[in-house]
Amino acid sequence: MFLINCPYCGERDQSEFSCGGEAHIIRPKQPTELSDDQWAEYLFMRKNIKGVQFERWNHAHGCRKWFNMVRDTSNDKIHAVYKMGEKPPVE
Amino acid sequence: MKNKYSIFSLIKNAFSLHENWKQAWGDPEPKKEYEAIIIGGGGHGLATAYYLAKKHNMRNIAVLEKGWIGGGNTGRNTTIIRSNYLWDASAGLYDHALKIWENLSQELNYNIMFSQRGVMNLAHNLQDVRDLKRRTHANRLNGIDAVWLNTDQVKEFCPIINTSPDIRYPVLGGTLQRRAGTARHDAVAWGYARGADEMGVDIIQNCEVKGIKRNGDQVEGVETSKGFIKTKKIGVVAAGHSSVIANMAGLKLPLESKPLQALVSEPVKPIIDTVVMSNAVHAYVSQSDKGELVIGAGTDAYVSYTQRGSHDVVEGTLKAILELYPIFSRMKMLRQWGGIVDICPDASPIISKTNIKGLYFNCGWGTGGFKATPGSGDLFAHTIANDEPHKLNAAFNLNRFVSGDLVDEHGAAAVAH
Repeated sequence: MFLINCPYCGERDQSEFSCGGEAHIIRPKQPTELSDDQWAEYLFMRKNIKGVQFERWNHAHGCRKWFNMVRDTSNDKIHAVYKMGEKPPVE
Repeated sequence: MKNKYSIFSLIKNAFSLHENWKQAWGDPEPKKEYEAIIIGGGGHGLATAYYLAKKHNMRNIAVLEKGWIGGGNTGRNTTIIRSNYLWDASAGLYDHALKIWENLSQELNYNIMFSQRGVMNLAHNLQDVRDLKRRTHANRLNGIDAVWLNTDQVKEFCPIINTSPDIRYPVLGGTLQRRAGTARHDAVAWGYARGADEMGVDIIQNCEVKGIKRNGDQVEGVETSKGFIKTKKIGVVAAGHSSVIANMAGLKLPLESKPLQALVSEPVKPIIDTVVMSNAVHAYVSQSDKGELVIGAGTDAYVSYTQRGSHDVVEGTLKAILELYPIFSRMKMLRQWGGIVDICPDASPIISKTNIKGLYFNCGWGTGGFKATPGSGDLFAHTIANDEPHKLNAAFNLNRFVSGDLVDEHGAAAVAH
């Protein structure tokens, strides 16, 4: 349980948000040309990192906007929050 | 068996005030090389080692555990055992485990306190009723005992449930598997550890795996906090940390690790003599032999390795519990904890070879691994020893995420395992 600083609304309780999983997974541009292995990689395989992870969140019970977050999954500390389309912070 | 536990050994040791019981398993230093290494000393890992030694005669093996045995999800679950799964593959897997559970105390000469008190799954809306009836029929076709109970029969079987039609999610009926029940989870780890140790398996605690050494496509050994250990076969049974170990070998798995919470109340006199689960409101409850209510809550919907979990998840579960069991309204909760569960996209486990020779994974048990412990160990041991899956775990291979042949229990049968 933690507080999330929504880039649109400010600091709110985590229970107002829903997590959309790993960020920056790019939808294949030419889906018809993908092999089964590539589909599996896109659909199912996840980094599932213990440590600093980039992920998508949605302020479901607030502004309902999506944004990205950098969070350490080993202690739930949030390092950065940035809007969709912005470059992920380099650290 | 060297130190067989019996009424006679109990009497004999009573004379020395129970001060001379022998240590049930050893505390060896790791050897330089093993025939096989199991990473993870939980129930599944210890069971795997036990069956490797017992059925496949592999005695020169080790179980590496970074903490203490049974200290992870084995000691954090709500101890429920059942096999009433919808799909044939799952039914085969979980009922294989249930059949082993039924004789496990005798086989291990260790009382795991297996109690077939029945598991009841409640239906709260018309779709639940249809789904659960379908599951009941599927179970019976697979030879698994299952019956449908109407609301009155539910009330008769467990009188403290509020079956009033006026509650937010009224009880419209339920299924009952009478062979299902609970077991003492720590004892399962201890019993398997004692059995494996007796056959020569080294159980090495406080030994964290730091890396996996590969030579091309073949594993060569593991780097650990106690030095390098050579081996040609590695079985990974690391639950929530499976992805971390996979990463060491350069593999990616279709898993997400999330905290799953449970809690127990203060101990009270016997009040509920079965296990009642409700998927729709996500609450399940049973009573331990110590008298505590054992309550299972849900998972947090984000990846975390913190073994804590969010308060709102517990709050949601307790709200549902109180509506179903108003009698618990003044109970005090004693302890709450979280375990890190590794969840597959189809909510079914992976017991599989990988494309790296000698590297095997038993993971993805998600929120319901405890019930499968003996079957999982047996089938994983078979897979490691023969380098081929047993027919009961063939469907649970890693390749199903490429072929698309998923075992989709998530949508079909059991959100709460």
